[in-house]
Amino acid sequence: MKQKQYAEGALPRTRQRKITSTLLTVALLAALAAALYALDTNASSLVLRIVRLCAINVVLALAMNLINGFTGIFSLGQAGFMAIGAYATALLTIPAAKKAMIFMITPLAPPLDQLTLPFGTTLLIGGLLAAGAAFLVGVPCLRLRGDYLAIATLGFSEIIRVLITNAQGLTNGAQGLKNIPPNATVWWCYGTALVVVIFMALFTTSSYGRALKAIREDEIAAESMGVSLFRHKMLAFMLSAFLAGMGGGLLAAFNGTIGQDMFRVMQTYNVLMIVVMGGMGSISGSVFAAFVVTIGQEWLRVLDGPMTIGPFHTDGISGLRMVVFSMLLLVIIIFFRNGLLGTKEVTWASIGRRLSAMAGHKRKEAAS
Amino acid sequence: MGTFLQHLTNALSLGSLYALLAIGYTMVYGVLRLINFAHGEIFMISMYTVFFGLAIFLLPWYVIFILTIVVTALLGVLAERLAYRPLRDAPRISILISAIAVSYFLQNLATVLFGGRPLTFPQVPLFTDVMALGGVRIPRLSILVPLIAAALLLMLTFLIKRTKTGLAMRAVARDYDAARLMGIDLNWTIAVTFFIGSALAGVGAIMWGMKYPQINPTVGAMPGIKCFIAAVLGGIGNTAGAVIGGLVLGFAEIMLVALWPALSGYRDAFAFVLLIVVLLVKPTGLMGEKTTEKV
Repeated sequence: MKQKQYAEGALPRTRQRKITSTLLTVALLAALAAALYALDTNASSLVLRIVRLCAINVVLALAMNLINGFTGIFSLGQAGFMAIGAYATALLTIPAAKKAMIFMITPLAPPLDQLTLPFGTTLLIGGLLAAGAAFLVGVPCLRLRGDYLAIATLGFSEIIRVLITNAQGLTNGAQGLKNIPPNATVWWCYGTALVVVIFMALFTTSSYGRALKAIREDEIAAESMGVSLFRHKMLAFMLSAFLAGMGGGLLAAFNGTIGQDMFRVMQTYNVLMIVVMGGMGSISGSVFAAFVVTIGQEWLRVLDGPMTIGPFHTDGISGLRMVVFSMLLLVIIIFFRNGLLGTKEVTWASIGRRLSAMAGHKRKEAAS
Repeated sequence: MGTFLQHLTNALSLGSLYALLAIGYTMVYGVLRLINFAHGEIFMISMYTVFFGLAIFLLPWYVIFILTIVVTALLGVLAERLAYRPLRDAPRISILISAIAVSYFLQNLATVLFGGRPLTFPQVPLFTDVMALGGVRIPRLSILVPLIAAALLLMLTFLIKRTKTGLAMRAVARDYDAARLMGIDLNWTIAVTFFIGSALAGVGAIMWGMKYPQINPTVGAMPGIKCFIAAVLGGIGNTAGAVIGGLVLGFAEIMLVALWPALSGYRDAFAFVLLIVVLLVKPTGLMGEKTTEKV
């Protein structure tokens, strides 16, 4: 009886909070949509490129964070899964007439040479194919521990790349694919990113998500609590690959051309940098870091151009910004190894607490 | 028969090169439990050092070779000092990411300093001349590489088994904390480990460059990963195992291409397949000791 009273007393307050945070979220989304609409109609194509790339990197970073951050499995196979998604999307969206022009050495195997599908469907197909590949990779790899798993997944990612290079009749080999229709509009990129963020927020707080975090904290304890290690790891691995495949598909449509060279280990490291900077195990961290890194890389492009520092003048050193960026990754991991947020999340409640704490601080100051 | 002999010497020299690099991995893994992702990039930097010394500054080859080995060894020590030592007590994943960051940094740095375009490694006639041996024409290098590698391995074995530093290295590898409690200078021992491992990578790089004379900033990535695989194959943490693993991998790769030329495009993928098979069948490698997992 007493408990019920307590519950009745508490309910309106939590409900009120829930309504407030839902309203705030809706308002934020509306503001985001308005901002994107304004950018889409007014901004230059260069700015729009960066804006879209931010959203694609959100998808890629969350995909990696799911396995590396939330499950604590250090996988380095992401570039391979991205490649699968990218090639699937490219092959299924390039119009048949252009395919004949691209595949000059070996014609594309039927029925792919005639088949084109809507962009959304191809993203899903790319994701599913990547998840399927993840299943095949996961069966042997997920039994391994720690750094062995890292090197084995890295190996598989390289194997996928080698297969792509050699499968001339399917992927056009080393020549790569071009004329991929530019379907990755602002709306597609942000729509996908939003769906992925919401999915991640729901998934990581579900019983599955909590099981994954338990595995991350202590595998043996998790197992003795009845968490099936292999099934949960496989689930996380395949979901991560699915998201990476979708991200790869977006990237293919964004770039217009793809080749096996794009999906070297470097690609995995680029995403790893975002995940580490944001905090392994934080969704909001990955989202922030994706924006910071993408915009930062564009902003640092200045370094690649001509520069005059005092008496010295250079005509531009291409690649200098990547040196600065990799140095930054090193500094982050050595001095701030939890990244921006660690495993914490920014929620309306945490912002509210922070604000009220600041207000309280001010009140105290005013009183004294 | 002639071609078979050629394949055999080829495999032996490739295997010896893998072995030299694999030792660096296995020694570092032994003391720090870390995959030193930057090892392949240190290898790459030493190839560039030789290139600039020989082709640009026109120094005599022996000066450059010694200089390169020293530079490479010091670079390894520097990487440990700056990027790994601050994270020694951090979770292992952090130090692994740090190693990845060093490798990523060195690759990007090399692209800026030396350009992305591939350069041709200079030839040293004493090593690269072709000689006839029993009717087979073999580059002198194919004979010299295994001999040099064997000599270095003997020296290394002596160092590990018979000297005080070697004893300290073995103690650190066996039990890190106990070694520290017994008064072993960890920083010094780990620095020496990196010095030796990287110096061997430097020797490997010089000979690799003469054998496969093309350098670009990513030239170290593939040999690096493959040699880690060789180290795992032989049993990580075990120097004799690394040598055997390197030789097995070298032979397997050459013979694969020799017997099934159609598969040559898949040569790089083969090492990974081998890795997966070994890890599933015998996770401790060919020569590895059994370890029990502590809760």
